[in-house]
Amino acid sequence: MTGTDVVTARDRGLVACTRCSRVWPMDTETCARCGSPLRSRRDRHLQRVWAWLSVGIVCYIPANLYPMLKTRTLFVEQDSTIIAGAVEIAQHGGYGIALVILVASVLIPIGKFISIAYLALSLKRQVKMSRHRRHQLYEVVEFIGRWSMIDVFVVAILSSLVQLSAIASINPGPAAITFALSVIFTMLAALSFDPRMIWDGPEDRQE
Amino acid sequence: MIGPQLNEPVATTAAPEDGPEEWIACPQCDALFTATVPALGERACCTRCQTVLIAPRRGAFLRVIAFAITVMILMIGATFFPFLQVRVAGMRNAASVFDAVLAFVDGPMVALSVAVAALIVLIPVMRAALVVYVLFPLTIGRAPYRGAAWAFRLAEVLRPWSMAEIFVIGCAVALVKISDLAHVDYGPAFWMFGSLVVVIGLQDSSMCRWTIWKALDPETRA
Repeated sequence: MTGTDVVTARDRGLVACTRCSRVWPMDTETCARCGSPLRSRRDRHLQRVWAWLSVGIVCYIPANLYPMLKTRTLFVEQDSTIIAGAVEIAQHGGYGIALVILVASVLIPIGKFISIAYLALSLKRQVKMSRHRRHQLYEVVEFIGRWSMIDVFVVAILSSLVQLSAIASINPGPAAITFALSVIFTMLAALSFDPRMIWDGPEDRQE
Repeated sequence: MIGPQLNEPVATTAAPEDGPEEWIACPQCDALFTATVPALGERACCTRCQTVLIAPRRGAFLRVIAFAITVMILMIGATFFPFLQVRVAGMRNAASVFDAVLAFVDGPMVALSVAVAALIVLIPVMRAALVVYVLFPLTIGRAPYRGAAWAFRLAEVLRPWSMAEIFVIGCAVALVKISDLAHVDYGPAFWMFGSLVVVIGLQDSSMCRWTIWKALDPETRA
């Protein structure tokens, strides 16, 4: 199946509900089965994608500059940013965990920014990646985005657990909140993107 | 990923005899098909982008309800029992999920506390409750309760925001992070939360959304 002979709901003058997959005549505004608003393509949402994505990127900058964790032990007080924290764990021999943190808090967020921007741009101009590939990329972005929250949860667990008065205490730093916001905004950007628009473009060249 | 592709695309030329209520459009790529329900346990996928469209299971509604009730019960225990316990130089401190939620309560971080509570406790429980509300009347052969379509839609909208499984992995990371600072033990809630994640996964995977929507549809039910 190359995709050439696929008939879409729009080709038949129908609008599909993305929530419950029922189809309706083109002018229907609300799905009578599930109550979702109906749009043949959420093309105007592309602006929303860009807006959420920009705020997400803006929030990601302070998230890396400010400390995520404030650790205080008997003699030392230490503020660590996301990357410094991962490096420290690696120095203690926890390479696996350091890798998990770096992947979840650096690689995935930045990869998401690039992927969403690429997908949004690919709707307007010819790109190398085929539609199937781009759709797979979208699914990966949608699936993996939530996992960036891991570092925020780590901070929450540590700061509630390590409260041993004078001996040791861990408290959240300002980066915790901007990082959480960055993840949430990028998730909203991915959710605003309409994958159906990927398939509307010209036929893939290699097919 | 790829199940049996039982749906044939609706032909553009031939006028199909069935009405639009028998058609199904892929929510990911808008391809249009005549809905043919596959055999129990099999999946009908979009021929273009492989998105699973219909996946009926035997006794699925009842099973989903059972999972959802399990989620609610486990969550109560997992929230209030101690989750992890830390010991340093004779001092000890135990934290429950509830404490983790309250970690940001001081100062300007309250919003984050609310967000964490919602993501790891409230939203998973709410989704489970909504699913029970939607499916219970259907399993005993009654008409769906008032607002069932709205409730199921809300449960679906909330799906990406239910992050209990991410919290569990976060726990593992936190453990390693403080292992050289203090001695850490698992509390009973840790295991409850772990099993909770498995049950939530089972609940989501045994639910065929299309079947539920069809069962809720006043048009096709009548």
